[in-house]
Amino acid sequence: MVTHRHEIVIVGAGIAGLAAALEAAMAGRDVAVVSKVFPTRSHSVAAQGGTAAALGNMEPDRWEWHFYDTVKGSDFLGDQNAQALFCQEAIDTAYFLEHIGVPFSRTEDGRILQRYFGGHYSDFGQGPPVRRACLAADRIGHVMLHTLFGQCLRYKVHFYSEFLVTRLLMHEDGCAGVLAWELVKGEFHLFQAKLTLLATGGYARLFQVSTNAAINTGDGMGMVLEAGLPLEDMEFVQFHPTGLYPWGFLISEGVRGEGGHLLNADGERFMQRYAPAKMELAPRDVVSRAIQSEINAGRGIDGKPYVYLDITHLSEEVIKEKLPQIREMAIKFAGIDPKKAPIPVAPSAHYSMGGIPVNVDCEVLADGKKEVVPGLFAAGECACVSIHGANRLGTNSTMECAVFGRRAGKRMAKLAEKTRFLPLPEVQVKMGQEEIKALFERGPKVKVGEVREKLQESMTQNCGILRGKSQLKRQLDILQDLKSAYKNIGLKGLPVAYNLALQEALELKHMLNLAEAIVRGALARTESRGAHYRTDFPKRDDKNWLKHTLVFMQEEQYRLDYKPAVITSFQPEERRF
Amino acid sequence: MKRRFFIQRFSQEKGSYWQEYVIDCDPTWVVLDALEAIHKQDPSLAYRRSCRHGICGACAININGKNRLACETRVANLPEKIRIKPLPGFPVIRDLVVDLNLLYQHIETVKPYLITQTPPPEKERFQSPEDRKKLDGLYECILCGACTSACPTFWANRNFLGPTALLKACLFFMDSRDEAKTDRKAILNSHPGLWQCHSIFNCTEACPKGLNPLRAIVMLRKKILRGK
Ligand SMILES: Cc1cc2nc3c(=O)[nH]c(=O)nc-3n(C[C@H](O)[C@H](O)[C@H](O)COP(=O)(O)OP(=O)(O)OC[C@H]3O[C@@H](n4cnc5c(N)ncnc54)[C@H](O)[C@@H]3O)c2cc1C
Ligand code: SF4
Ligand code: FES
Repeated sequence: MVTHRHEIVIVGAGIAGLAAALEAAMAGRDVAVVSKVFPTRSHSVAAQGGTAAALGNMEPDRWEWHFYDTVKGSDFLGDQNAQALFCQEAIDTAYFLEHIGVPFSRTEDGRILQRYFGGHYSDFGQGPPVRRACLAADRIGHVMLHTLFGQCLRYKVHFYSEFLVTRLLMHEDGCAGVLAWELVKGEFHLFQAKLTLLATGGYARLFQVSTNAAINTGDGMGMVLEAGLPLEDMEFVQFHPTGLYPWGFLISEGVRGEGGHLLNADGERFMQRYAPAKMELAPRDVVSRAIQSEINAGRGIDGKPYVYLDITHLSEEVIKEKLPQIREMAIKFAGIDPKKAPIPVAPSAHYSMGGIPVNVDCEVLADGKKEVVPGLFAAGECACVSIHGANRLGTNSTMECAVFGRRAGKRMAKLAEKTRFLPLPEVQVKMGQEEIKALFERGPKVKVGEVREKLQESMTQNCGILRGKSQLKRQLDILQDLKSAYKNIGLKGLPVAYNLALQEALELKHMLNLAEAIVRGALARTESRGAHYRTDFPKRDDKNWLKHTLVFMQEEQYRLDYKPAVITSFQPEERRF
Repeated sequence: MKRRFFIQRFSQEKGSYWQEYVIDCDPTWVVLDALEAIHKQDPSLAYRRSCRHGICGACAININGKNRLACETRVANLPEKIRIKPLPGFPVIRDLVVDLNLLYQHIETVKPYLITQTPPPEKERFQSPEDRKKLDGLYECILCGACTSACPTFWANRNFLGPTALLKACLFFMDSRDEAKTDRKAILNSHPGLWQCHSIFNCTEACPKGLNPLRAIVMLRKKILRGK
């Protein structure tokens, strides 16, 4: 087996992973990035709208206002110490991104152009909306990722692309590195590191309809769970109200902003029954719930799980000038000219608020609270700092990746000198090898695709936008069945080189484990907050639930624990719309 | 909607061969959906994909003789017989997966990053909207490799930088903030690329993002000849 040794090993080449790699490499450290896809194929590349920083380039803005909006957006579950720090450092990070070359769109006087985005206001939510989203047309993720990747090449970061990391290697004194399966040739590689960072992204592919890349299966979180470490707030999954049906691709809020109507099978503008004042422009979670309720009541189009987003009443010019991307997407994928026919849409799993509990230096917490796991870090969508609490504000995620990726990189660079390599735990390496060997030795009684589809369908049905006790309990039973079925997945007879089925099988294991973590957290949380909506407990309950869920897995048994949300500046208040 | 897919397969064990799959496609499907359906019944099929909507560049393949993104090509717009091959011009790893390392090396050669000497200001560097506009048509590249794969000059000479890398080179050459133009010029003059391109135009026809690498090459030539 090939062994690689680097001071710092980063798993994941999205915005978070590359921001960390760049900082550490600029500080002169020996950095490797291991990713299951070539860096620029990471899901970060898909981010469209913008990245948040209170630069005030368009009108006055202050980080404190951004802070307030982030707290309120999180439905008060975010940790305010981290949120404040995030909003302050976002400003400097936006400039840093410009300095390293991000081709931001520009104002007339040559500064970074910023646009409006839902939930961002001036004057502690009292004033008018403020333009806070730094943009590069509608390609913010693409420009951030490509720029970071280029600079990482410049600073000689070592890239290992198409290496699937399958296991954390935990020594009793901390993380010693990771085990990976090189996809192209089909062989094991060991990575020994002084410091390991997980930047593996989110898990929104656990659901049937998703805006996410096919590779967003939550592997990093799955590995953490397997290592006996906790995950935080997993029940909070953001659903975007309008994903293009049946693929789930993001149709931006802009379409409703321009005057798009949501229609059910009866041609009714049903939002009038759910949010008569704001109609289609109500917050994301409200619109998602309304659409889901219509579908559940059998008013989806042709009895299928989608409704219409209608812009046929808008003029051809408005559609072409203001919504070109959406028009192109509707034509290209759905074969629909949105001037002539309504666009089929359904809520689409979009973002994972939960993840690996870390402190503000991105150090992973063994108990989820205070105790640090030496040598192990996490940043980006796979981590839970927690900036987003129960609900993420648009454009805060790419910036979270950049801010905390950088923090992780700097922290690791500082620690690298005085940290030693730990011996690789042989038993765990063996177990990792056995797992893949066993898959290749078993005949294919059950197919990966079948189990995955059932998982995605059932999660959407029972643990999606609207959740109730009996549904969630049913889902736990379904998950047990699926986990048994998983044990019968086999890949006998398939070539080892570039074996997509093997990758999918390993991802599926994590998906199943994460699904149970989500359902258990959702079942226990007898309130509705942000993206988590319990039909049997429709109100927020600050008295009992202003706290983070921590979930542990040991020998396939799950255990829950809790810790209070950090409140420093803003007390919880009623959410109105 | 029945479609017949003829897929060029390859593995070390079996070598290269064509395999036919008859798939009942939904009218809404793109070729990637069909590949997923095939993969479900035949898990041995290998291909690349990530974003599923034309922004990550992972899924470029050759469909009925043209380099295209599997995730953006609607099955309904294709004839009943669909021939799928890996991107030409690159070594095949397995089935539709090719080795793009050469493409990546050429990109790295042109230093695909902004280089500056003057220390940055406290806030952003200024760039006028006009200067920023010069990057349009260059910065959107998704590194899918479709253009380089279609380039006969690259087929003939593996050291030829190729349209993907040259488009990247042009991006930084055009960026008003970049301060390494001399260095960039030297690189372009010392590697086969800029002056070896025969203007065959295949690259521009192949680009699924509507970019024009040939225009970028011509722009670079003019800039360098004018000594700017
Ligand atoms: C359509 C869409 C639009 C969006 N628009 C915006 C926006 O406008 N603004 C905003 O702020 N946010 C937006 N977001 C959210 C934002 O893009 C993501 O949250 C963010 O980019 C996540 O970045 P990341 O670095 O954490 O992970 P990712 O970019 O997902 O990268 C994960 C990395 O981990 C690697 N990896 C995973 N598992 C393994 C493994 N087992 N072994 C090896 N490598 C592994 C992958 O290869 C990849 O390199 C959008 C999201 C979507 C879906
Ligand atoms: S220029 Fe076009 S075809 Fe060539 S790599 Fe970029 S996106 Fe692909
Ligand atoms: S899967 Fe990303 S471009 Fe096709």
